[in-house]
Amino acid sequence: MLMTRSAPAIAAAPIRTRRKASAGTKLLRKLTPYLYVSPATALLVLLMLFPMIMVVRYSLMDGAIMKRDAAFAGLSNYITIFENPVFWQSLWQTLYFTVMSVVFHLIIGLAFAILLNSNRIDPLLRSILRVLFILPWLFTAVIIAIIWRLLLDPNGVVNSVLMALHIIDFKVEWFSSTKTAIHALTFANIWAGYPLFMVSLLAGLQGISKELYEAAGIDGANEIQKFWYITIPQLMPIIISIALLDFIWTMQVFPLVWMTTGGGPIYSTEMLSTFTYKLAFAQYEFSLASASAIIILILSMSVTYFYIKHQQAR
Amino acid sequence: MNFKSFSRTMKAAAAVWALCATSALADTTIEFIQWWEPEMPAGALRGIVDEFEAKNPGIKVKLVSGPYATTRDQIVVGAASGTLSDVVGLDGAWVNGLAKQGAIASLDELMTNANYDKSQIADIVKVDGKSYMFPVASFVYPVFVNLDLAKAAGVDKMPSNRTEFEEAAKKMTDASKNQYGWVLPLSLQSPSGIQNDVMSWVWASGGTMLKDGKPDLENDDVVGTLEYIQKLNKDGVISPGIFAKKEQDKVEEFVNGRVGMMVDTLAHVNLIRERNPNLNFGLSALPAKDGYEGKRGMPYASWGIGVSEGSAHKEEAWKLVEFLMSPEINGKLVSIANAFPGNVNAKPDFVAADPIFAEAFKIYQSGYPANEFVGLPVAEELMRDLNVEVQKMFDGAQSAKEAAANAEKAWNAKF
Repeated sequence: MLMTRSAPAIAAAPIRTRRKASAGTKLLRKLTPYLYVSPATALLVLLMLFPMIMVVRYSLMDGAIMKRDAAFAGLSNYITIFENPVFWQSLWQTLYFTVMSVVFHLIIGLAFAILLNSNRIDPLLRSILRVLFILPWLFTAVIIAIIWRLLLDPNGVVNSVLMALHIIDFKVEWFSSTKTAIHALTFANIWAGYPLFMVSLLAGLQGISKELYEAAGIDGANEIQKFWYITIPQLMPIIISIALLDFIWTMQVFPLVWMTTGGGPIYSTEMLSTFTYKLAFAQYEFSLASASAIIILILSMSVTYFYIKHQQAR
Repeated sequence: MNFKSFSRTMKAAAAVWALCATSALADTTIEFIQWWEPEMPAGALRGIVDEFEAKNPGIKVKLVSGPYATTRDQIVVGAASGTLSDVVGLDGAWVNGLAKQGAIASLDELMTNANYDKSQIADIVKVDGKSYMFPVASFVYPVFVNLDLAKAAGVDKMPSNRTEFEEAAKKMTDASKNQYGWVLPLSLQSPSGIQNDVMSWVWASGGTMLKDGKPDLENDDVVGTLEYIQKLNKDGVISPGIFAKKEQDKVEEFVNGRVGMMVDTLAHVNLIRERNPNLNFGLSALPAKDGYEGKRGMPYASWGIGVSEGSAHKEEAWKLVEFLMSPEINGKLVSIANAFPGNVNAKPDFVAADPIFAEAFKIYQSGYPANEFVGLPVAEELMRDLNVEVQKMFDGAQSAKEAAANAEKAWNAKF
């Protein structure tokens, strides 16, 4: 049967096509931003969200990975973790290690940044100091662990110097004594991590307007007042951002602890990271290790929340 | 070149390419994960594998090599994700976990299918009666003695019992010169010191830490050994920094002449010679408790081999295992690695050529290889548990008896 179109229908056809085309364009325009972010989103889902969901799933199973018929176990893995005294010891030690590291990273980083920003130092000396101060940041965790293991060996340089100066009269076993190991480890981490603060704060210091200091000087402010009322408030956004990031990173430090003390002696330097690693790779308790990892994630996320809040406020 | 000859050349090239591609496609590639390659001279393992490939056309072997600890982690992850290599380098301490996980295959069926004569294998590691690992090369742990240091200290004979060892260690110790009689690595990162440097004393006196396959750490042999080691610690003859010391630190101190004696693997003989060619050292069997006349157990560590349960090429994987365990190749491999063979018919050539290895072989033959951690569940964690208790004992928090009791309690929970 021959199909024919009436005249008005023929006349209306191009209009509909135009309408259709404009709807398609509209849709494409709407989708364009999503298309732009889709590769990054896909990567995020694949590399971050998916593993995270897997770890959450494992933490709710009994004998994940190791048992072929691993069953749902509810929150029992979390309860087992919370009932383990070594977990609580690890948690407090992690907090001590992290807080001390962040505080001293800030103090040392700020002091060195001010030193490097000062015009009273010869430019050549300043350049040399800049290279020297940043050196610890260039070393990998393995090198840092080796350096400090050698320095703090009972027969190492630190004991020799301290004995020569009559500060100690016996060889301190820094990493090998339950009384000193956590402090020695924290010290090594402080040494390794302050350059991040130093570099960031130096950039911040160089951005503070000199007019502020001049105006304060005219008003009769001394150097300490200038430091407290100009320098610190001006640097505060950087300090908060870097301190929060440093807190998150330090809380997850693993290689330095593992390669210096392995969590010992006894459990005196056990951190959440080493505690979790041992559950997974020494005891093959992947479900418990996943539960422990999720607890670390929640702790890190709580700090991340403050970081995001702070960023939004800025 | 005219068009015709160009076309002919192209056709010939295409034919050669197709031939190569077809044969490449026909090849089966198997993966072999191990930590041995970095511990052998460069190219040595590859050379042996090349020999295998030449004798087995159609099978290619891809070596996946890394340091011991990395390889262990890779194997654990591979076992968990089902991506374990076809042939797996194994430590006896991993076998139980991997077997129970179903990650490594029982070798019994493969042996039966190949009509393999298992009487030629020096030792087979079994779990629940099934064979899972052959030790390809075994490294025994005798006592290394710095002969110059011993002579200077007035020690004129190798200590053969605990009293003699203690006396020798005391004589060699001079803390003012940073010189100590013995070195004991008890780092928690790698707790193998418990196996090699602590429990070895139990096995050397014919003792055991197991009863009917269950933990038995409260027996007199184990408690007596812990008390003895504690005494050495109190005597001040052990190099300081025990709790943070690892095996490599132990070797380093011996190489530098800072300790007189250490329990160590024969695998380190060449390393010691390279690091300090002037070091005059000798070997001795691990001292037994006074009055013990029986055969002495000698700790050993092995380069073991097994086959992945998930392998799609088990037959080819078995061929590689069989090849590496054959008398000729096994002898060649252990000669390069300075180890004792996994095949009883293999004849390593280093024994006759080197007096140190000749002595080691004599010690090896007069005793028996002993390592009760092989095949135990989560063996490394068991060592770590005992390590923590020994550290507490050294720290003065508990007695040897309490350390043994607490460790046994922790072990029981894991069995």
